[in-house]
Amino acid sequence: MSLPRILAVMRKEFIQIARDVRSLLIIFAIPLILLFIYGYAVNLDVKHVPLCVYDRDGTQQSQDLLKAFQASEYFRIVHLARDYREVVDDIDSGRCALAIVIPPRFADDLNAGATSVQAILDASDSNSASIGLDYTRAVVAAYSSRVQVAWAQNRGMAPPVPPLDVRSRTWFNENLESMADIVPGVVALVMAVVGAFLTSLTIAREWERGTMEQLISTPVGALEIQIGKLVPYFLIGMSDTAVCAVLSVIWFGVPFRGSWTILFASSALFLVVVLSLGYWMSVVAKSQLAASQFALVATFLPTFLLSGFLFPIDQMPVVVQWITRVLPARYYITILRNIFLKGTPVRMFASQLAALGIYALVLVIMATRALHKRLE
Amino acid sequence: MNGNEFAVTVEKLTKRFGKFTAVNGISFETRRGEVFGFLGPNGAGKSTTIRILCGLLEPTSGSATVAGLDVATQPEAIRQRIGYMSQKFSLYNDLQVIENLNFFAGLYSVPSSEIRERAEWAVRMAGLEGREHAMTASLPVGWKQRLALGCALLHRPPIVFLDEPTSGVDPVSRRQFWALIHQMSGEGVTVFVTTHYMDEAEYCNRLVLIDRGAIVAMGTPTELKRGSMKGELLLVECEPLGAGLEALRAAPGVEDAAVFGRALHAVVRDARAAAGPIREALGAHQVTVSRVEPIPPTLEDVFVALTAGRAAREAVRS
Repeated sequence: MSLPRILAVMRKEFIQIARDVRSLLIIFAIPLILLFIYGYAVNLDVKHVPLCVYDRDGTQQSQDLLKAFQASEYFRIVHLARDYREVVDDIDSGRCALAIVIPPRFADDLNAGATSVQAILDASDSNSASIGLDYTRAVVAAYSSRVQVAWAQNRGMAPPVPPLDVRSRTWFNENLESMADIVPGVVALVMAVVGAFLTSLTIAREWERGTMEQLISTPVGALEIQIGKLVPYFLIGMSDTAVCAVLSVIWFGVPFRGSWTILFASSALFLVVVLSLGYWMSVVAKSQLAASQFALVATFLPTFLLSGFLFPIDQMPVVVQWITRVLPARYYITILRNIFLKGTPVRMFASQLAALGIYALVLVIMATRALHKRLE
Repeated sequence: MNGNEFAVTVEKLTKRFGKFTAVNGISFETRRGEVFGFLGPNGAGKSTTIRILCGLLEPTSGSATVAGLDVATQPEAIRQRIGYMSQKFSLYNDLQVIENLNFFAGLYSVPSSEIRERAEWAVRMAGLEGREHAMTASLPVGWKQRLALGCALLHRPPIVFLDEPTSGVDPVSRRQFWALIHQMSGEGVTVFVTTHYMDEAEYCNRLVLIDRGAIVAMGTPTELKRGSMKGELLLVECEPLGAGLEALRAAPGVEDAAVFGRALHAVVRDARAAAGPIREALGAHQVTVSRVEPIPPTLEDVFVALTAGRAAREAVRS
């Protein structure tokens, strides 16, 4: 091992990155684009459900109920229908996801004892529909208990007390915002792109341009090439991690309760995993196109779909859950959420850290053994 | 041991790629300090041989040493002692001239105190003064080749392997390049160079003619020209050339004939005696002969004579 040779490879790699527009775009633009897409555009929270109401009663009571909907941040009344056809139109066209129809004689029936309202749901987005229905039930239940209380008070009776109640305390993500658990995961996504995608090009590019033959005719060792080529991407990956983490906290207001040291240590491990994977693919495939596609399929897609980044793993079919266990990204995402939202002590996610460490070791060895200084 | 005398020794070296035999049991030696030419058409096995000697390919069988080191077992030690210029231009086009030089100086472990001086030397040698910060991609082919040579010489290797260094280079740059090769040789460097330009063989101290993986002749240019031609050579200028060639091949006393530029060359046993009958034979086929005269053979004649004979023998055998 010779330090000057490693430094020579590193310097050359940095110069080439700095002159390659495509690499620069990936390094500087991708983290920001992903962060803003997942920070703003992707929102799994169901709020402001567009609502259509058809009040066939038109009394003080029916208007009170509709006001309760209007006051809730979960609904937004976008249309006051004048007949059923308009209700159907609203749902068909997708203008509204939910329609509330108050029947005629609503107030009379309510005062006489009991009545009901109709809710029509657009379940083509089943998740939003079922959440919308839950909100509707909650609004209606709150309204009906107010009616009960008023009824009792009018008669000088004690208001009825429900026998059972839930007192909830929401931990870690107090406002139940999906953004807060998605945004830290973007760090993993950025690393998959910057780490695996960019490194998957490095060796393949040397083969395709014919520079590999000259390179391996010199005394530079395979390990020196590997270190010299990966260190620049490691530094870039760590900088991107820092930028993403700082923006998550400062710009998006994601809580950060763990330790920055642990964040960078675990990120370094995950980065070694994806860098080595990309490098290994580059050595084996010898073609930039093949290697970069492999790298995206092996890192970006599983990180996106199967790591728990967007879709909860415990909701997946059991077989798919097993598959997620072989993905390093799964462990890294768990660690990220622990550090950002929970601030749990390291021992609570030591097994995930160990898993990443094993992956890093195995992939570094694979990458090192792949490159031979031969043309065959 | 002759380790001091020879820079390269090759013994029954064979290289197969699947069923294709690229190099077939060749043996030769290269002496220290000489310009050793490896001459043959494309696909003859020149690049394969040079790549084996540089430790880039493993031999299928046979053995070879470079600077007294075994190519199969000591490739890394060999790489310290050689400079290599591959057939395809293989420096970094997206680096500046000086960045390429610094990079290779680093890889060859040139001491940092000497890097500047060696890079300046390479720039001067390649005639690239004032172009140090030019992007390598922007250089003409001939300049790129000189830069590649400079990169291969930064660490003062005792042996350099140049694989078709003048391929695709204009004639003036080719001559400049050969002047550099002789300058290196004058400084005691062994130069192992391949080419498919027959005229360049004249620049070599010694050379090997290789065809389809096998050596067809070996020696100094003079030895080859003298010893390898059976018979003498006649230059025949005539019109039309195609009909002239056919008639010439059928003419009495002619052993072989080939087109060379805008004329024909005929191999005959006795040049003086054959001239007359050849004029008559061509005239009988309505070919106008403007000139018939004996000429000294070039290496191209030698090569054609040797490979034609070999092809004929192979045809008979199969």
